[in-house]
Amino acid sequence: MYQEVDMAKLNPESVVILQKDDLAKLLNILRSHSYQTIGPTLRENAIVYDEIQGMEDLPIGWTDSQEKGSYRLEKRNDDAYFGYNVGPYSWKTYLSPARVRVCNASRSENGFNVVQETGNAPNYAFIGVRPCDVKAIKILDKVFINDFCVDNVYGNRRKQSFIVAVNCTEAGNTCFCSSMGTGPKSEEGFDLCLTEIVTEQSHFFVTEIGSDKALEVLEALSPQTASESEIKEAERRIENAAQSMGRNLNTDRIHDLMFDNYRHPQWDDIAERCLSCANCTMVCPTCFCNTVEEKTDLEGDNAERWRIWDSCFTLEYSYIHGGSVRHSTKSRYRQWMTHKLASWHDQFDTSGCVGCGRCITWCPVGIDITEEVSAIRNSSTVPEETVDQPR
Amino acid sequence: MKGSMQPRRFRIDKVYWETDDTFTHELIPIDEGRFFNFHPGQFNMIYIFGVGEIPISICGDPDINTRLYHTTRVVGDVTKRKQHLKVGDLLGIRGPFGNGWPVEKAKGRDVVVIAGGIGLAPLRPIIYHFLNHRDDYESITLIYGTRSPDKILYRKELEEWSSRLDMDVSVTVDAAGRTWKGPVGVVTKLIPRIISNPDNSTAFVCGPEIMMRFTAVELLKRNFAEQNIFLSMERNHKCGIGFCGHCQLGSYFLCKDGPVFSYDKLKSYLSLKEV
Repeated sequence: MYQEVDMAKLNPESVVILQKDDLAKLLNILRSHSYQTIGPTLRENAIVYDEIQGMEDLPIGWTDSQEKGSYRLEKRNDDAYFGYNVGPYSWKTYLSPARVRVCNASRSENGFNVVQETGNAPNYAFIGVRPCDVKAIKILDKVFINDFCVDNVYGNRRKQSFIVAVNCTEAGNTCFCSSMGTGPKSEEGFDLCLTEIVTEQSHFFVTEIGSDKALEVLEALSPQTASESEIKEAERRIENAAQSMGRNLNTDRIHDLMFDNYRHPQWDDIAERCLSCANCTMVCPTCFCNTVEEKTDLEGDNAERWRIWDSCFTLEYSYIHGGSVRHSTKSRYRQWMTHKLASWHDQFDTSGCVGCGRCITWCPVGIDITEEVSAIRNSSTVPEETVDQPR
Repeated sequence: MKGSMQPRRFRIDKVYWETDDTFTHELIPIDEGRFFNFHPGQFNMIYIFGVGEIPISICGDPDINTRLYHTTRVVGDVTKRKQHLKVGDLLGIRGPFGNGWPVEKAKGRDVVVIAGGIGLAPLRPIIYHFLNHRDDYESITLIYGTRSPDKILYRKELEEWSSRLDMDVSVTVDAAGRTWKGPVGVVTKLIPRIISNPDNSTAFVCGPEIMMRFTAVELLKRNFAEQNIFLSMERNHKCGIGFCGHCQLGSYFLCKDGPVFSYDKLKSYLSLKEV
């Protein structure tokens, strides 16, 4: 028999059991706390994050089969709520939206007036955040909320967010979170973290509590304490995911490996294949670059400035008077990968890659970052200076 | 407010045409606060209503905080519109951004200022600073190279500085007609003429990237130490506050780590293409 938890004895770090039906209740509680609940849904033949009203909106009983340049949905032989890995969307869609207005102005005599933005942001509860994506949010926190400056767009959304993480019990073919130290178990950065256990007789979630906010939400659910065997079973399933990672990336000295190999011939090889389409940056959960567009009405009386996602794969990205700094595809791919795996460490004291594998799956020509790193590592050379020396 | 993308409005009080395609705006703040403080070498994001925003370095005297000066060359959509703004018109300013020139490190030393083309604009505040605090520095040398005599910026100031006995000014052009009495050739050719003690000298360089690269090499040949050569780099900017990613140069964000770096921090990048 399960024992009901004495809420007074619970604290962040406690482990409880939520039954399948408790999850629907949890969703309702979050919604009654005026959270907009966002979770995985089936759309466009993929699993994408969107608003969910109830657990029936989840892709129950579906899984995804991923390979480089390939993503397919398949039926599972159980009714798992979270029986798939990550799709083309990530949580940055909500925390740093693809389009957001950052300035609004109207014409006046001799010039213009600036309309003050309210800074209002929606309250999001994210349901089903994978460990790699929990880490990706932590990385974006460093990008957008730091001593130098706090981004209003991200900062306000993030401050109000509630994160329900879900540990992975199965790894996808393009997954390599174990290599990046970001999964398949989430250690921190969540309010609640679930490990889903589906057997023929039962369907429940071993649930870790990560914040006081979560305690408050759980109060209405009267959860049961987790037994040692249940916790063990969750760990066993997570270990199973760790053992079945589809990919591996050797991160040993990766910072120096990237910087020492700026002139490596592999960059030319990649450039032969890369379409410079920017898909990898769009699906990447940590790629944060943006640009600002000016939008005016037909009369030209009102102008709005919209921040939109941008990519280092476009020519415009590095444009300065006289031309783009990175005009070749080679230099743009190199910028992306070097930033992700090396300069990110200098800038934010963390890798920019969480090993989610999205860039591999969604690359239309199947370029695989793990293979490219191996190719460079296996023939790492620091060629002679080929710089034009002043005459 | 830091982190905001909303500009502060300034009114154009004067327009000076420096050359056929380059002009300077003298601006007065009209929104909250009457003052604008900045450090030599910093830049602003300038907003033209209905067109867009561009990074432009501040070129006025850093000891004057009631007026703001920006020199702009007409090259793109925003600058093309900007040139048509009249006295009394408003534009938006966000800033100042960037670290600026490390003037403190040059105290008690010979200072060498080397500018190429419009690169003189971000260096003008530092020249004002040295002259305002003349006793804090030893010799002051300015070398300025531009394409032709009609492309010379800040003619009035250059004539005034040239007439001073406590400052050495050289202006060189790539090509000139018969009325030109100065040297012809690239700025690097004038570097051997610098009369200074390299051990006690600090150089501040701004111009096209290739000009800065060759200038640095020339200064190194004259025994300037790498950490005493400062360059101001240029990249695309969309935000100025470290969020848009456009201004990256290797591991640096120019808006928060730069745009000014000592040569030792840049040399590994300067020798590479398309960084």
